[in-house]
Amino acid sequence: MRSVQNPLSITRRDLLRKIGVSAGAAMMYQAMSTLGFARESDYRGPIDLAGAPKGTSILILGAGMAGLVAAYELRRAGYTVKVLEYNHRAGGRSWTLRGGDEYTELGGHKQKCEFDPGLYVNPGPWRIPYHHHGMLDYARRLKVPLEPFNQLNFNAYLHSSKDFGGKPQRYRHIYADYHGHIAELLSKAVNKGQLDAELTTEDKERLLQSLRTFGVLDKDYRYVKSFATSESRGYDSDGDRGAGLMPAPQFSTPIARDALLKSGLANYMVTPFDYDLTPSMFQPVGGMDRIAMALYNDVAPLVELDAKVTAIDQDERGVSVTYVDARRGGEAKHARADWCLCTIPLSILSEIPVKVSEPMLAAIQSAPYEASVKFGLQFKRRFWEDDERIYGGISFTDLPIQMIGYPMAGMNAGGKGVLLGGYVWGTNAYEFNAMTPEQRIRKAVELGAQIHPQYPAEFENGVVVSWHRSPFTQGCFANWSDAAREQHYVNLCQIDGRIALAGEHASRLPAWQEGAVLSSLDTISRMHKKIVATA
Amino acid sequence: MATPVPLSHSLRLCRNLLCLLALASFAPAAMSADDEPPPFSPPGSFTDLGHFAHQDGATLFRAICQGCHMADAKGAVGAGYYPALAGDQKLASATYPALVVLKGRHGMPPFGDYLTDAQVAEVVNYVRSHFGNQYPDALTQAEVARLR
Repeated sequence: MRSVQNPLSITRRDLLRKIGVSAGAAMMYQAMSTLGFARESDYRGPIDLAGAPKGTSILILGAGMAGLVAAYELRRAGYTVKVLEYNHRAGGRSWTLRGGDEYTELGGHKQKCEFDPGLYVNPGPWRIPYHHHGMLDYARRLKVPLEPFNQLNFNAYLHSSKDFGGKPQRYRHIYADYHGHIAELLSKAVNKGQLDAELTTEDKERLLQSLRTFGVLDKDYRYVKSFATSESRGYDSDGDRGAGLMPAPQFSTPIARDALLKSGLANYMVTPFDYDLTPSMFQPVGGMDRIAMALYNDVAPLVELDAKVTAIDQDERGVSVTYVDARRGGEAKHARADWCLCTIPLSILSEIPVKVSEPMLAAIQSAPYEASVKFGLQFKRRFWEDDERIYGGISFTDLPIQMIGYPMAGMNAGGKGVLLGGYVWGTNAYEFNAMTPEQRIRKAVELGAQIHPQYPAEFENGVVVSWHRSPFTQGCFANWSDAAREQHYVNLCQIDGRIALAGEHASRLPAWQEGAVLSSLDTISRMHKKIVATA
Repeated sequence: MATPVPLSHSLRLCRNLLCLLALASFAPAAMSADDEPPPFSPPGSFTDLGHFAHQDGATLFRAICQGCHMADAKGAVGAGYYPALAGDQKLASATYPALVVLKGRHGMPPFGDYLTDAQVAEVVNYVRSHFGNQYPDALTQAEVARLR
């Protein structure tokens, strides 16, 4: 988020609220999806942990991306590694739901995913930007195949329930018409001499020339129904430029300027041009958990699943962690090691007794965890492709589901498909969180039908993950306020005696897997240095 | 390309959908329909993004708080836990829950930006007078304003 870097700017939270109020879901999403400090990853290739003292043990808490990366690297370096994981699976938020998977959320509601073979939804992270070098490098080293993730689809919809009779609009129409209208307006201002104080005569000419190209204006600098604008925004009917004696193409009519402005749909056009979301983006073939699972396959014998950590203690000689069987309870067990890397989310860690310094403890207790909800809905046929020619990408709406994401895999193959039936932030996410899974899915299907009327006839089954109900994270990610980060972040990232923390919460790329990877690598590098220096 | 249908048509489909969904197999839940807590609001009354629209304490509790503290306000336990608000002695002073709602606590996000002073007072008063809590004094809107 650009304004975050301005020291005079309002806080991120203020900004989110103001954005939410004034610009609606589009800008809210834009802001939410760029909570990091838009920058290239600091990843500089595989780390070198040479010279690990023989027999030194490191206990890792949590087998999400941060914990798995640490286990993978530390074991290779020669450390004695053990991992404790609360869930009955590894991967943490790097997670894919497929047919047969079960998930019980806080409150006891159990869902069984009934997707057909080959179909899935990623309830957590679902895309990897080209500049997340760490994630990409692990995918390559572990031979996890990737495929393109297209954030932007010009044939997907932008939808305002209050405009155009509730009829969803094609992204390409909003895109072309908005650019056309602003180019026409700006040309008018230039031609009336209203920018004479700003521009030389030569620059006026250059600007007019570029506006004509940019906005697809006619010779009189007007944006009108024409061959040229139809070549840009599309003809009246898709594919209606046939051969032989097929009907001649009909030019399409641009959306009127006032209606377009009133709808606010142009606000949605920021998102795919944000640094974090521009092409190229990727997803692992088969589901986001493929990278985490590849790491896990390498370290599985070191990982104890179903281990719920109940206390973390340390003294001058080492770390002692108490845990119980997360499903069955029973007697407390103990794990001891020379050092500990704790990747437990702060939302959970703040509720566990942990022996660290006051500043680190204060940091652990200072990160609010954001609400977010994701739906996976299976349909009998891929009507978005067959009927509407939407292949991948995302539709945006002002309805509480906020987005509909189309699968990037299996395009044009026919058959069944799973949509991301909603990706929800802000107040709507809290409201969905307060419902049962059945109520949420019913609501998502009901709302989605306003965009795709095929929903009722084609819907088969669904799963939903509301992140505040997640037993292993109690939220989506650590949404540091600027003030809290300023006060606590450096303290959070220290090696406190023999304990250090890692995860997206200890990164400047919150909510992204890259943040967890970088945090893990940075922390184990520092820990390794300290171990070698004191050996 | 299929032309998107007008809204009225969509709404008609939605009503049909509700009937269909009553028969459709949702992901089976551990609880039966009878055990389900009531929906926090009637269909279609989702708030605009940015601010919660509901005004009364009971509805606000069902729209926000019960998501984590649960419909019976008894909290939930996983890797960590959400504390119970039922029979909670920490509610003895209204200032404490008001501050937690406004500013957040540990992993709980602050709701000060999402709720007006009146809404904060409403929901705090609701929790302090339900779920086995019987604190007679009511928090006022003005008191909430002073805590911001």
